[in-house]
Amino acid sequence: MNKQSRFLLQGLAAAVVAATFSAQAQTVKEPRFPVNNPQPVEGQYVHVPPTMQDLEEADLHPELKRVIRRGHDLFMNTQQLRGKNVFNSMNCSSCHMGEGRLPFAGPVWPAAVVLPNYRPKNDQVNNLEERIAGCFSYSMNGKPPAWGSDDMVALTTYHQWLAKGVPIYQSGKSMYGRGYPNLPDPELKPDYARGEQVYRENCQLCHQADGGGVVQDGEVVFPAVWGDKSYNWGAGISRHYTLASFVKHNMPLGRPNSLTDQQAWDVAYYINNHERPQDPRYTGDVKETRAKYLDTFHVHTSYGLEHDGKLLGEHDNVGEKDFLKPDALIRRTYTAD
Amino acid sequence: MKSVRNLSRLALALGLAISTAHAFDGDAAAGAESAGLCVACHQADGSGMNIPGGESWPRLAGINPEYLYKQLQDIKAGTRQSPTMVPFVSMLSDQQMKDLAAYYGAQPATEAKGGEEATEEQLAHGRKLAEEGDWDRYIVPCASCHGPGNKGVGGSFPGIAGQHAGYIADQLHNWQKATRDNDPQHLMAAIAERLSDDDIQAVSAWLARQPAQ
Repeated sequence: MNKQSRFLLQGLAAAVVAATFSAQAQTVKEPRFPVNNPQPVEGQYVHVPPTMQDLEEADLHPELKRVIRRGHDLFMNTQQLRGKNVFNSMNCSSCHMGEGRLPFAGPVWPAAVVLPNYRPKNDQVNNLEERIAGCFSYSMNGKPPAWGSDDMVALTTYHQWLAKGVPIYQSGKSMYGRGYPNLPDPELKPDYARGEQVYRENCQLCHQADGGGVVQDGEVVFPAVWGDKSYNWGAGISRHYTLASFVKHNMPLGRPNSLTDQQAWDVAYYINNHERPQDPRYTGDVKETRAKYLDTFHVHTSYGLEHDGKLLGEHDNVGEKDFLKPDALIRRTYTAD
Repeated sequence: MKSVRNLSRLALALGLAISTAHAFDGDAAAGAESAGLCVACHQADGSGMNIPGGESWPRLAGINPEYLYKQLQDIKAGTRQSPTMVPFVSMLSDQQMKDLAAYYGAQPATEAKGGEEATEEQLAHGRKLAEEGDWDRYIVPCASCHGPGNKGVGGSFPGIAGQHAGYIADQLHNWQKATRDNDPQHLMAAIAERLSDDDIQAVSAWLARQPAQ
């Protein structure tokens, strides 16, 4: 090797070392893949829910701890109720990420402190059990565990544990990271073809080209985002704005906020323009059902609208279950007053 | 109704299996012929070797062949930097890479090393990261992509249970340094950069002690 090339090589090695060091410094100071969730602003209520480790150390009756643990287990692995209460490939934690504790991922502690409250979706006052029953009926295309049953009590108790220390009935609007905060209106009208491209490049690896997700060894790894094994036409996340926010703040997994708002709107529109099990509130006529729940819900979905020459939701397919609407969903009237 | 559903599930499963088999056209028998290049490190049975304090050689036996093939391609392309492997991949044709991947992928998984001296505390921490994650630091559980038991999902998410601890730790560090930059959508890099050295040691040790299959 001549002198000059050795010198060059040494220079190159030094450059590589320098680059490596600066890359290392970067991982400490400035991550390549930042989480980038919005920071709390003044006046917002910030709650960091307790962990399951905190539970072990908490001064609570052992039986209460046992019930909270059961609630956590049901929350994380709701598929253990498949065929009984859950009739698709969802777990509670599929949408309420990070054990229901994570901001911008539908953390569940707010429900424990803002309910009972009036809910436009069913036009009545709902308590926590009824709110959870909504998830089972729509997002899980199933039927809720019986009121006051072991499983229902375990789930509500887990919610309440996560809300430990939060004042009851404070304004839900001031809570940091509650629900899936609305994205700004999209610059361009959400578009199916653009959404399809976003899906192909960012979602398909896990959720598959047919939207069916992946089940392995009997366990759901990646949930179905449309089709018979996904949420039905009455699920909150079938609204484009809800899915857009969920995607923006949570997907692809581990890389939240990596898509632009426009990409999130487009891919939400694409996903929610695919068929899924019937809305449990179906009257037998999709246009009539859309009109009946238009203002409170379907104005934000593609249900009953034409896509590719067909009306979305014009079918009797209820997915894996053999009923349309769970009997448990009741209309409360307070006629005694 | 139910039997129809089961049938359609079966058809789906078969369809998937068939399409995977068609998508990957490596010839294991031909791979056995080329494997002479690999056995010095990866061993004839694909068991690799855990080398404390050095560069560990991964177990290839039982690893998804599509994944193995892609790694060989990526090493050749430089998106996965491996000075050790470069001379070998440069000797391989595309078909030989496929054949080798088919050959090693078809072998039964062997036992992993490197987790033997981990403390109970480390193992508990490693299990938590692998199965539950640490969401307060936005570290999602390994199993959320690597699947039930971390045994791998398809050609993009390799089995990491029962892999040598030294190798897993090396790779996580490589992602941190971006000398390995070949993961789809940077799903792994994003998690790797949030891990501390202690996290890496703990999760590698725990995974090494789990059954691969």
